Parts: sequence; structure tokens; C-alpha cells
Amino acid sequence: MRALRLAELLLLLLFALLALFPLIDSTFYTQLITKVMIMAIFAMSLDLLVGYTGLVSFGHAAYFGLSGYVLALVAPQYEAVSLWWSLPAAMLVCALFALITGILVLRTKGIYFIMVTLAFAQMVFFVFHDTKFGGGSDGIYIYAKPTLVIAGFQVLNLEKLNQLFYLVLIIMAAVYLLLRRILGSTFGRALLGIKENEHRMRALGFPTFGYKLSSYVLSGALGGLAGYLAAVQYGFVNPEILSWHQSGAVLMMVIMGGMGTLYGPVVGAFAFVLLQEVLSDQGFLGPVAKHWQLAMGIFVILVALYLPQGLAGLLRRRKAEASDGSSDA
Amino acid sequence: MAQAMPEAILRTESLTKRFGGLTAVDTVSIELHVGEVHAVIGPNGAGKSTLTNLLSGDLRPTSGSVFFAGKDIAGLSSDRISRLGIGRSYQKTNIFLPFSVFENCRLAAQSRTPHAWRVFHGAAEFPDINLMAEEAMVAAGLSQRRDMVAAALSHGEQRQLEIAMCLATRPRVLLLDEPLAGMGPQESQDMVELIQKLAGRHAIMLIEHDMDAVFAVAHKLTVMVNGEVLESGVPEAVRGSPAVQTAYLGGEDFLNG
Ligand SMILES: Nc1ncnc2c1ncn2[C@@H]1O[C@H](COP(=O)(O)OP(=O)(O)O)[C@@H](O)[C@H]1O
Ligand SMILES: [Mg+2]
Repeated sequence: MRALRLAELLLLLLFALLALFPLIDSTFYTQLITKVMIMAIFAMSLDLLVGYTGLVSFGHAAYFGLSGYVLALVAPQYEAVSLWWSLPAAMLVCALFALITGILVLRTKGIYFIMVTLAFAQMVFFVFHDTKFGGGSDGIYIYAKPTLVIAGFQVLNLEKLNQLFYLVLIIMAAVYLLLRRILGSTFGRALLGIKENEHRMRALGFPTFGYKLSSYVLSGALGGLAGYLAAVQYGFVNPEILSWHQSGAVLMMVIMGGMGTLYGPVVGAFAFVLLQEVLSDQGFLGPVAKHWQLAMGIFVILVALYLPQGLAGLLRRRKAEASDGSSDA
Repeated sequence: MAQAMPEAILRTESLTKRFGGLTAVDTVSIELHVGEVHAVIGPNGAGKSTLTNLLSGDLRPTSGSVFFAGKDIAGLSSDRISRLGIGRSYQKTNIFLPFSVFENCRLAAQSRTPHAWRVFHGAAEFPDINLMAEEAMVAAGLSQRRDMVAAALSHGEQRQLEIAMCLATRPRVLLLDEPLAGMGPQESQDMVELIQKLAGRHAIMLIEHDMDAVFAVAHKLTVMVNGEVLESGVPEAVRGSPAVQTAYLGGEDFLNG
């Protein structure tokens, strides 16, 4: 209990620091942290599956990319599209895709689940890569960022870096609170039970398929939310955002940060993206920087070896010492 | 036998389960009545757990029928069967080890209520669910352990929790697969008393090796060997049956404690 407070306190501190961050007034760093926060949303959406439902998906990039493509395709070429309907539309497409694929993939388990989610994501990748419909391998530019207009008044101007930064920060906090809430409900407890022992849950009378499917759809929709924001930030989409590298990266953020904690994947996203930035910085590390993936690999291995509960495990370990193991479900 | 009985709440007809060449349950027909404990005994490998799994929907029968309140439920999924009011415990303890005792029971009780989709309410905010969980915990004698993690319980207490979870779903039929296995004398005594108390309002199938317990609580006794029913009836009659005596030649100690 005390440790949970500690984690929450740290999150509040992180939120405050982030809220002040644009004061340093650096285009580069504001953009970088915006990107990190988007990945944090993406990682939290995957944690719902991996950490709370026991479903290790290796195809989460499908939602990230699909949503970006929806934005690119519905946006008029040189005019801004309304955020009001384009964001829900993108998330809805992702939710539908999750619903349809979920009905199929949730019939498989373990390693097959990993494989089938990957296969579906690869199908989406090739649809956009190999057809002209989404601009092929070049992708599509989004020349004007979406706008939010209420009664003729432009509430948000996402061309402004700081406004995008704060929008993403608020969405990240909202997603965290939403998932916390949901996971604390009877629905969330049922998901945890399914992760722990699905067979027993069924014997207790839970129609587990429906629970898993709901989790899968929600996770997909929130993954789409992250993808939409990423497309807004970069101003273009291409098949790269759908690739399995992307699915692997977000899975690593979740595992490295500490799955099943929600804040762990946020920490994981920060660690992953910032580390990638530092390790691939030629000005900083010289020619070694070209091999940043090697250094990243070593870091991931070290975390896996010494922090089996991820970076969030650092908090948990303290908790075990402080409260002598009495845990809450 | 020919007496007019009220209709059985759970009844099987020629229930059969084959695993490849092995017939684990062979044309078994038994009846469970509310207010009765029906004990099933037999050596290891006789097919008792498989029979339980067929009744609970954990396994699909190869052939035969299972009637619950007159409807054939053979082949229904285990969650459907559970929601019909057939609860079971497992021979091998099957609980949520990282959860607290209360949470194990609360989760079980939660499966009975329509609140499961109210995602903006805290899980512990439903008095009806909490009450069902508390009652099950008290009945199984675990109220002292309420907030303990299930993994930290003694083996006997984990067995009690197994029963508590089953009770928290408020079943009408209880399928108890060796509930006393691994329990100490006091815990066994308590469990026997609990089963006697439950018998009043439930139909109970009790699989058990402890003959003292069986003869203390059973109204009916079925002996299974090699998947088949060897003998079935009133406990005293079954005990004296020549077939049973022959089958347990030298196993006298098995039947007489
Ligand atoms: N899932 C299974 N697959 C194959 N054989 C099984 C399976 N479950 C049980 N058996 C076999 O069926 C027979 C009956 O087992 P079981 O029902 O567990 O007996 P009991 O509970 O009476 O000891 C045993 O020979 C056992 O090995
Ligand atoms: Mg058995």
C-alpha cells in the first residue's frame, strides 16, 4: 500500500516536471518528450493485454499504424481535418479491426497467439506497403495538422509544438487514470484472474472469451490513439509505423519497464526512447553510435537479468522491504 | 431402489469418456438429489476425477448424457455449467495464489452478479458480492485468514479455500473431489461438519478416500473400478456386497478404514 503511494507520488512528480518542461524552450527536446509520451500511451495500451490479461501480442503496431493511416486518408490534402471526428474515427477503425481479428486470434494460446498477432500485423503492413491505396512504401504526407474548432474558435493549434506537447501530456495522464480505474473494477479483477488461471475462471462461471475480447478491443483502440498522435506529430505516415520492429519495440518498453504495473511501461517508454536517442547520438558517442542497437541489446539483457520485474521492480523491491510482503491483488 | 424418489437434480445416463484406447469412465449412470451426499469411492485411476470433470464441463463426454433439472447439459462449456448452479472443487488445489483469501472468494462471488461490466466502480464496492464472499469464507472456516495471500496459507487452509471459492458461487450442486486430501485431523473434522451442514440444501457428490468421513456423511455410495460402477446404493448395503468385498480382497482395510 505504501509503495503504491510512493509510485503515485513519483508519477505526480513526473507529471509536474513534464508540465513545466516546455519552459526550457527547446524545439528538439519538446519534440523528443512528445514522442516519448506518445510511446508511453502506446506501451500502456499494450500492458493491458500483456500485463493484465496475459496475452502477449506481437502485432500491436497494427493499431498504431492503422490509426495513422486513417488520419492521413481522411484529411483533405491541404486543409486541416477536425480532430473532433477524425480521432474517434481512427480509434473506431482500430477497435473494429481488433474485434474482428480478436475473435480469431483469441482462440489461440501462448506462442501461437504471438505468431498469429504478428501475422495479422504483417498483413496490414503489406496491404499498405504493396498497394497504391496508402501511397505504397512512400506513405502519405499530412500537410496540415488536425484542428479543434469550437463555435468558430480554434481551441487547439497543433502546429504549435507546445500545444501538441500539452495535448499529449493530458491524454497520457487520462489514459493512465482511465486504465487504473478500469483495472480496479470487477472487470479488471476478472482480467487478472484470467491472466493467472483462465481454466479456473471458467470453472467459476466466467465467460472468459468475452472478457479477453473486450480487453483486446480496448487495447487496440488505445493503441490507435497513440498512433493517431504520432501521425499528427510527424506529419506523415509510411509502412514503417506498421512494421514488426515497432511491435517489438513497444513490447520491449512494456517488459523492460515492468508489465502489469501500468506505470512501468511509461518508465519503459522513457528509458527506451531516451536511451535510443543517447546511444545513437554521433556527436556524443562518435562512430560507436552507429551500433546503438548493440548497446541497447546489452541494456535490455541486463534489465532482464537483474530486474526481472522491470524498472518498476526497483519500486516494488522497496515495497517488499517496507511492508514485509503483504500484497494486494 | 424402486421407491418413488423426487426427480434427481443431476443425473447421468451411460456417461462415457475415452482417452484414446483407455475408457476412463465407462457407461456410468448416477443420480444426485438435493439433501443427499452421494459418495463415490474407488482406487486411484478408477475414473472418479474424470467423472467430476464430465459433470462440470471441464471435459466433454465421448458419449452418454448428463441431465441437470431435466435438461441435457452434456458438452456445455464449464462456465455455462457453473452458471447453471453446478460448482466444483479440484483434487489438486486450484486457487489464485497471488490473491488474498478474500479476493479469491470475492472473484468467485463476482461471477454470479450482473455488475461485472460496471467498469467505473471499484471491485470491492458491491455489498452483495462482498457478502457472498464473506459468507463463503466464514462457512469454510477461513475468516481469520481474510487478508492473507493464498500462497501463504497452509496446505489444509488452501483446501478450505478451494471449497470456499466453490461455495461463493452459491451452487445447488457441489462436486467435491477429495476435499479432505492432505488435511489435518481437526481440519478434516471441520470439513465433514461443513459437508453435513451443506447437505441440507445442496446435492453433493463427494469423492473421498477417508472411509470414516464417507460413512459419516454419505446417504448413497457408489464404488467405481476401472471406469465402471461396481456397486451403488445405501452405504451399509454396498459395504456388505459380495462384489465389493471380492474387488477389495485384501483391500478390506480400504473399506473399513
Ligand atoms: N486428460 C487425460 N488424458 C489421458 N488420460 C487421462 C486423463 N485424465 C485421466 N486419465 C486417465 O484416466 C484414468 C482415470 O483417472 P482419474 O479420473 O484421475 O482417476 P481417479 O480420480 O479415480 O483417481 C486414469 O488411468 C488416468 O490416467
Ligand atoms: Mg482423482
